[in-house]
Order: sequence, then C-alpha cells, then structure tokens
Amino acid sequence: MSQTTIHMNDVNKWFGTMHVLRDINLTVNKGEHLVLCGPSGSGKSTLIRCINALEEIQGGTIEVNGNVLGKKGANVDHVRRDVGMVFQQFNLFPHLTVLQNCMLAPRRIHRISEAEAKDKAMHFLEQVHIAEHGHKYPAQLSGGQQQRVAIARALCMGPQIMLFDEPTSALDPEMVKEVLDTMVGLADQGITMICVTHEMGFARAVAHRVIFMDRGEIIETAPPTEFFGNPQHERTRAFLSQILNH
Amino acid sequence: MIRTFGFPELLFILDGAKWTVLMSLAAFLFGGLLGLLVALARTSKIRPARFLALCYIQLFQGTPLLIQLFIVYFGLPIIGIRVELWLALITGLSLHASGFLAEIWRGSIQAVPEGQTEAARALGLGYISRMRDVVLPQAFRISLPATVGFMVNLVKGTALAALLGLTELTRAGQLMSNITFEPLKVYATVGLVYFAICLPLTLVSSRLERRLNARG
Ligand SMILES: Nc1ncnc2c1ncn2[C@@H]1O[C@H](COP(=O)(O)OP(=O)(O)OP(=O)(O)O)[C@@H](O)[C@H]1O
Ligand SMILES: [Mg+2]
Repeated sequence: MSQTTIHMNDVNKWFGTMHVLRDINLTVNKGEHLVLCGPSGSGKSTLIRCINALEEIQGGTIEVNGNVLGKKGANVDHVRRDVGMVFQQFNLFPHLTVLQNCMLAPRRIHRISEAEAKDKAMHFLEQVHIAEHGHKYPAQLSGGQQQRVAIARALCMGPQIMLFDEPTSALDPEMVKEVLDTMVGLADQGITMICVTHEMGFARAVAHRVIFMDRGEIIETAPPTEFFGNPQHERTRAFLSQILNH
Repeated sequence: MIRTFGFPELLFILDGAKWTVLMSLAAFLFGGLLGLLVALARTSKIRPARFLALCYIQLFQGTPLLIQLFIVYFGLPIIGIRVELWLALITGLSLHASGFLAEIWRGSIQAVPEGQTEAARALGLGYISRMRDVVLPQAFRISLPATVGFMVNLVKGTALAALLGLTELTRAGQLMSNITFEPLKVYATVGLVYFAICLPLTLVSSRLERRLNARG
C-alpha cells in the first residue's frame, strides 16, 4: 500500500473572486480510504470534484494514475475513466432503466457488446443487492436503492478510484445503513476511496486517514483513532464537538 | 357558371391539402434538424456560437412569418438562386420553424438538471453521448407540449402560402367558394381538413406524454 495514485500539488481554485481551495497538498496511495469532513462551504465537494475534472483548477497540479490534470482539458478523459463518482443526489438518468443506467457508459466508452454490458451490469447490481430491480426506472426505487444503483453504475466502468460526495446525506435515516454497508463492502475489496461524509462511524470503521477541511484549507490529517481521540487543532475540536453532539 | 359544391370540388380542396401537408412535413423535418443545431449552439460553451444562435432566434421570432416568406421568395433570385415557389415556401417555413423550435428546445435543454450532465461527465461520456443519450431524451419529454403546439400552429401558418400564389388548402377553399357561392359549406370543409391534419399530432403527442410519464 505505498503506490501513489492521486497526487495534488499546491492546488488552488477560485470561484470568481472567492478562494475556495488554498494550497491543497494531498497524496493518496493505492487502496487507501480517506474520509473528508469539515463545515459546510469549506470546499470538500470542490476538492473531490477537481480530482475528476468536474471543476477546473487555477493553480497547481493534480496527477491521477500518472495523468496530469491542470492545463485546460488535458487528460480529462483518461482520468475520468479511472475515477468513479457518486453524488449526494444520486443523479441517475431518469429516462433509463436501472440496467440501462449501468450499461450506457461501458457501451459508449469501452464499446462492448450489449450482452457483455448487461452481464457486467448484472454483476455489479448483484454486488449492491439490487439486481432484481434492473428493469425498473429510478423513480420507482427508494433513495437508498437509487444510491446503490448509482454505486453500481460507477463500478461498471471499472474505476480504480471511487469518489463519494455525501452519499448518504439526502437519504432518510433508515436507508443510510444499506448504502454505508455497500460502501464498506467496496472498501473491503481494496478500491481507493475518497469519501466526503459526516458519518463518523463509517470513518472509524473504514478510513485509513480522516482529513478535516475548513475555509478551503486542509487543517488536519490523521488516522481515525487519533483524529477522533486526540485532534490537534482547535478548529477540528470545535467541529467534532458540533457534529458528535447533535 | 355557378357550380354546386360536390365531389370534384372536394377533390380540388383535398389537392390543396396535399400542399399543406407536404409543406408542413418538410418544415418539421428541415426546421427540426436546423433548430436542433441552433439549440445546441445556443446551449454550447462556445461564446460566439451562443451569440450567433441568439441572433438567429431573435431574427425569426421578431419578424412575421409572411415577411420571412416574401424575403425568401424574392430574395433567393437576387442571390442567384432560382427556385420554384413551393421550394421557396418550404425554405421559408423551415427557417421560421428552426428559429422557434430552437428556442423551445433551448429552454428544454436548460431545464434538464445540471446533475445529469455532471453524472454523464463523471462517467467519462463525451459531448455527443451526453447530449444524445442523457440530455436530449429528457429535454424532448419536457419540450413535447410546446413542440406540438408549435407544429399545430405551423400547419395553420402554411395558409400564408396562399398570399404568394400557391393553391394550398386555404387558397383552394377560396377558389371553390368563389365558383360555388357556398362559402359556409366550403370553409367548414376546409376547417375540417385542417382539423384532420392536426389531430394526429395532438393524439400522438398526448399518447407519448402518457407513456413517458408512466416512468414516474
Ligand atoms: N459553481 C460554483 N460557483 C460559485 N461558487 C461555488 C460553486 N460551487 C461552490 N461554490 C462555493 O465554493 C465554496 C465551497 O463549496 P463546496 O461545495 O466545495 O463546499 P462543501 O464543503 O462541499 O460544502 P457542503 O458541506 O455544504 O456541501 C462555497 O462557499 C460555495 O458557495
Ligand atoms: Mg458539498
């Protein structure tokens, strides 16, 4: 577990005049699981969205599996093929069935046959325990089921890295567990994961490192036992006392 | 000589209706294709393309269809293109339709949530697949009522071709009314024929809408 897969070097990002990422330096090893937390607006989503080039950066470089992002549009396609993403709002394609959602990208990008794409989709839908709903449309599923489909859809592209942006925060409480369990299962398979979440139980169970961000900066990085047991920074402590006491 | 309104007169009117249907179909087809390109330009990331598309849409929305038809009909020969009347009319109607459809579809494309495009980008899908597989099918559903409403209006709008001398449905009715002195019968027939042309459009669209909505 020492091979670097993501390397962010002095990354800076502005939205207009707002400086949302400040000198971000982060190295992620293959198979590592990171949890990213911090107050609302601190730049967590922006940070992970930069990794698959959904956002452009204005300073620094990001290297993903040896492909350097940074200059406009360079290597974007390569990087996106290695990186899967799961969104807070699921973002399933509502006009396509669950199976079609999972088959679209592999068919278009890997140009595999319909039968092969279907096999692959079924494989990952089984992994997230939702294969029996393959013929349904997203609107016919619960939030937790939709999010599991979204995870399967990303996995169908065979990513080496998975990004999660608050995957459970749009869910009703009783559905959070099924999605977290799915993610734990994924972590056990050794995929590289960066997960924005405030589910601290998940962080303790799965994360190798927890990263705390505030106002566009990485304030603290530590393994979960240290992070929760003995946070070094005042801002981290203030944040933790807020989310652990509500 | 006064004729009564009988079968030959009805046939004459139906012969006019042939032009109405032909012009409408051609304008849907060519106007739709061109309109799609303009709508894509209007929603693209390329600033000059957006601006040109905006000008195009404004031009056709801001001037009467009749004037557009006159300009195409009398303008084409000036730039050295001699065309038959019907071809000029189809060109004019298609341009007109493209401007309006582009604006309807622009709105529909933009009404598809941003998260859809983002999810497609995150999967690595390129622009063409994002549009064809993800955005346009959803925009199509959103635009259906407005698109069909415009098409129905376009069918009726083809009546302006009469003013340039084409014997389409309305003009055919006029001629038959003049020789039979039975305007009420004749125009009621003409109205029914228009209705019969537009009815399938609205029927198909409401069926399609029901089917698409069934997906929840
Ligand atoms: N597209 C955008 N245009 C302008 N400003 C933006 C945009 N996206 C985010 N921002 C701003 O950038 C800052 C960081 O946003 P970001 O979404 O990364 O925060 P976050 O840590 O994910 O917050 P949350 O916990 O609320 O999701 C915020 O101040 C936000 O308002
Ligand atoms: Mg966020």
